[in-house]
Amino acid sequence: MTTTRSAGHLEVRGIAKRYDKVSAVDDVSFRMAPGEFLTLLGASGSGKTTTLKIIAGFEAPDSGEVWLGEQPITQLPAHRRNIGVVFQNYALFPHLTAAENIAFPLRVRGIGKAERAKRVRHALATVRLEGTGDRYPRQLSGGQQQRVALARALVFEPQVLLMDEPMGALDKRLREALQLEIMRIHRELGITICYVTHDQEEALVMSDRIAIYDDGRIRQVGTAEELYELPESVFVAEFMGESNVFHGTLDGKGKVGRLIAPRRPPITVSIDGPCPIGDGADAVVVVRPERIRVLRRRRGDSEPEPGRNILTGVVQDVIYLGSDRRYLVALPDGSTCQARVGAAHADPGIGRGDHVELTWDRADAILLEAPAAEREATS
Amino acid sequence: MNRFPWKGGLHSVVALIAIFLLLPTLVVIPLSFTEGTLLRWPPRGFSLRWYEILLTDQALRDATLKSLEVGFFTAVAATAIGTSTALGLTRGRFRGRQLTSSLVLSPIVVPTVITAIGTYFVFVRLGIVGTTAGLVLAHTVLALPLVIVSVTNSLRSFDRNLELAAASLGAGPLTTFFRVTLPLIAPGVAASALFAFITSWDEIVVALFITDPVVRTLPVVIFNQVRSGVDPTVAAAATLLILVTVIALGVALLARRRTMT
Repeated sequence: MTTTRSAGHLEVRGIAKRYDKVSAVDDVSFRMAPGEFLTLLGASGSGKTTTLKIIAGFEAPDSGEVWLGEQPITQLPAHRRNIGVVFQNYALFPHLTAAENIAFPLRVRGIGKAERAKRVRHALATVRLEGTGDRYPRQLSGGQQQRVALARALVFEPQVLLMDEPMGALDKRLREALQLEIMRIHRELGITICYVTHDQEEALVMSDRIAIYDDGRIRQVGTAEELYELPESVFVAEFMGESNVFHGTLDGKGKVGRLIAPRRPPITVSIDGPCPIGDGADAVVVVRPERIRVLRRRRGDSEPEPGRNILTGVVQDVIYLGSDRRYLVALPDGSTCQARVGAAHADPGIGRGDHVELTWDRADAILLEAPAAEREATS
Repeated sequence: MNRFPWKGGLHSVVALIAIFLLLPTLVVIPLSFTEGTLLRWPPRGFSLRWYEILLTDQALRDATLKSLEVGFFTAVAATAIGTSTALGLTRGRFRGRQLTSSLVLSPIVVPTVITAIGTYFVFVRLGIVGTTAGLVLAHTVLALPLVIVSVTNSLRSFDRNLELAAASLGAGPLTTFFRVTLPLIAPGVAASALFAFITSWDEIVVALFITDPVVRTLPVVIFNQVRSGVDPTVAAAATLLILVTVIALGVALLARRRTMT
């Protein structure tokens, strides 16, 4: 464990929170480096907002700690934490103008009038709202209101900024513009941001790292690439992008594992590399649709190229998406496999009813343990 | 919206009920302008002589001023206590909150006579029967539930996130209350202050028990005069009472409407 913590270093240690008998957050831990942009991503009710409330000090955890820099802040009331918060519904004070809203944290801190005016001007410029300072929140559009809220949360120079679905109420175009704006501000100010969203794309665009929430727990934390390429569970794999999931039993021989799907006729999926899961165990293989190549089936035996896996099937549907084509292929065991082929490699001649070969590099197959619920069901 | 084929009939019924409710009150107003010396229907002619007497009669004038004084302090006390109670009942999380809530609202349910008798015995012990402070105290108890209900409603429709936002911006609970919560629920608080004033202004039952010939409110004086000799001055005093009530009520309703929008 490193001992030096600098400003903006936020750490959450094993926090848990129950409402009545329902667990909202269960043993959640993560550390944020100063200046990092971490997104808590998950469905509604998965505990990400509760985590944020505990960090902000709006809710007390039943157990666990929150650290900011070298200070435990779990017991500190919200108004002494010096953490900026941006709310989904903006939470601007309706009886104050935009400038007065932004001046609020400065006024509370007893900062003089001249200094206040200077910093409010600066904050308005940071969010590109010069000249709207004397308007009331109701006279501003949703996007402008959220910018004011952002300026208000930044003007007192907090070490950490928390954002709770800040774009939930905005339309898509505004959302994209504001995303870029937040990223620019994050870059310019070097502030640590903890961001909550249920929008996967938003998380991918903005974050340094993403924490995936499920049912009050963090399933995995990592960069977007890590989560996509190396998911640690089927849940994460399916949450991040599209995937083909093959369930079956492992028969590990040497370095190549084979997963035999239980249905008839069985299909075999091979895996490359060391097999961490024991022989004969239930397992899952995940293959991303864009890793699969689709070829017209040749006559005679289909022998896979070395290092590649091969499945045969019949095309059910081809969806043209401009930049690529999506193939839905029925496999011999009755399941469906999805492939996505870029325009440069797609054979436009392949259509519905054609027999095709689906091949992918064994290294692209992700081997995972079968989800717990499934293991119980089959045993 | 439903369509009522019998809408016209419904309107008439509502109008009749309104007249039934208002007539006893409204009858007094023309009576106060009578030329005659008897409180009798129909009034004769038109004169302001009874208002002149009202303004010059020492007892009535004193009682009016006393009523205004007691009403004012009742409004201040009930609003201050009631607002903090409402805040505690809506925001606080503590054991027995439901019970506390029922207890503070109980003066609405308990018959006023009971409250009056109880108050009387306690006040005799404390030696504050016939004092302004005692009257304010008793009326504050009666007005408190109204303030609590009214302010609680304002607080319920108030966006809690604004308080959380204020806290995240560094404002402690007191600063948050005075800079954010109070300015936003101010119309509701003002309305409840006026309701508290009205409660005291036209209260008679408790006042009859705990006033004495020196410290008397307007309703008490009117009541005594009606019992002794019937003189149209009473009608003038009653009209004044109604007028002040209507004005206070009107302002209160206006204040409430501002909260809604």
